[in-house]
Amino acid sequence: MEVIFLGTDIVIYRTFEKSYDDNLILDDIDLEVHQGEVIVLVGPSGCGKSTMLRCINALEPIQGGEIKLNGEKIDPKNKNIAELRQKIGMVFQSYELFPHLTVLDNILLAPMKVQKRKKEEAEKEAMALLERVGLAEKAKSYPRQLSGGQKQRVAIVRALCMHPEILLFDEVTAALDPEMVREVLDVMLDLASQGRTMMIVTHEMQFAKAVADRVIFLNGGKIVEEGTPEEFFEHPKTDRAKQFLNTFEFHEAKTHVK
Amino acid sequence: MPDLGLEVLLKGSNMLRLLQGLWVALRISLIAVVISIPSGLLFGVLMTRKNVVLKAIFRVYLEFIRIMPQLVLLFLFYFSTTRTFGWNLSGETASIIVFVLWGTAEMSDLVRGALISIPKHQYESSAALGLTKMQTYLYVIIPQAVRRLIPLSINLITRMIKTTSLILMIGVVEVLKVAQQIIEANRMSSPNAAFGIYLTVFLLYFIACWPISMLAKYLERKWR
Repeated sequence: MEVIFLGTDIVIYRTFEKSYDDNLILDDIDLEVHQGEVIVLVGPSGCGKSTMLRCINALEPIQGGEIKLNGEKIDPKNKNIAELRQKIGMVFQSYELFPHLTVLDNILLAPMKVQKRKKEEAEKEAMALLERVGLAEKAKSYPRQLSGGQKQRVAIVRALCMHPEILLFDEVTAALDPEMVREVLDVMLDLASQGRTMMIVTHEMQFAKAVADRVIFLNGGKIVEEGTPEEFFEHPKTDRAKQFLNTFEFHEAKTHVK
Repeated sequence: MPDLGLEVLLKGSNMLRLLQGLWVALRISLIAVVISIPSGLLFGVLMTRKNVVLKAIFRVYLEFIRIMPQLVLLFLFYFSTTRTFGWNLSGETASIIVFVLWGTAEMSDLVRGALISIPKHQYESSAALGLTKMQTYLYVIIPQAVRRLIPLSINLITRMIKTTSLILMIGVVEVLKVAQQIIEANRMSSPNAAFGIYLTVFLLYFIACWPISMLAKYLERKWR
């Protein structure tokens, strides 16, 4: 249960545990995330993927082991946890924009209040980022006036504007209509191509294949398999992974009719 | 047109006395509101905390105030405590104390309700952005809670204004008491005055409460 830490731009997690009551949710997780790496977490529901992201952002306390970001321990009880969290951007499944603020104010709140940046400078950056995700004209709108996909893109911009060192995406397309899934995934692909460090929980296997440097397959709170997308999707080693991937395949039911 | 006895209003300074009575009622309720709202906010926030002892104390206080009719509370403070503890409370002070106790209890419960109705994820996404607990409350939770609170607290304010009609029972001469005095004084000369005077009282209460309701509606629409 010790932690290794290297360099300034590598994030390392080693053997951490997370349990609710007596139920072990995550067990013996040992993971290093390197700068610029895109890690996709896949696995059946309830396997602990989301909990893992939440632990990394100290939204859940862990009961054993340690999580570190650039040598600093991530722990909800840590005094400078608010400071550490600025380096960790997180995007949630249900967007969680602040409904009483405009899109622009949603994005500017943390840079101005937490990082004490100048309004003009932060606003310039926010507008540039909004432009990049195609939402510049929505800056003055309220979240309720946006579609799900637009809200999620704003949520991504809001996280980006804090200049995080790592971005966590927790099933960000799970609540979206199929057409909107694409616009959000495109933004994430764009981020990956900029060399951002990301951890993504998703059920979009085609997207995982395209975006991941490394795929991690979780089951029952343990890392069952990890590898490059080619290794994992084409040649899964474990039966559990094969079985999981099989649920995404459909065989043509009507072939015999022809 | 039936005789409503409205001419009584023009006798002497009757109309002015009614307005002064209304001012007494409004003054008491406004002082109580001004104290109750911030203290209700404070207690409401404290009630969402996990401290069990604090919660239990507030619970008892809240239930006690809620179950007791306001009139009983007024009697308790004006007659019983003054007798038992030997202090001297004017009717108006006793009314303010009771209204503050009542307003704070109700307000804190409204605040608690508004706060717990804010989804847990709003706290989490604020935390994820690096906001401290204080900043989360200040910029994210309270602004949203206030928007939900407005209609409910306005309702409380108008209820407090209306409930001042009880304080004539502890000898405070407010609008309703003045009305009774005027009617009594003119029983012989204008026996129909009761209708006209009470109608006027009704209109006065309406004029006091209606703008407040309108303000609530306006804010609700603006903050949707």
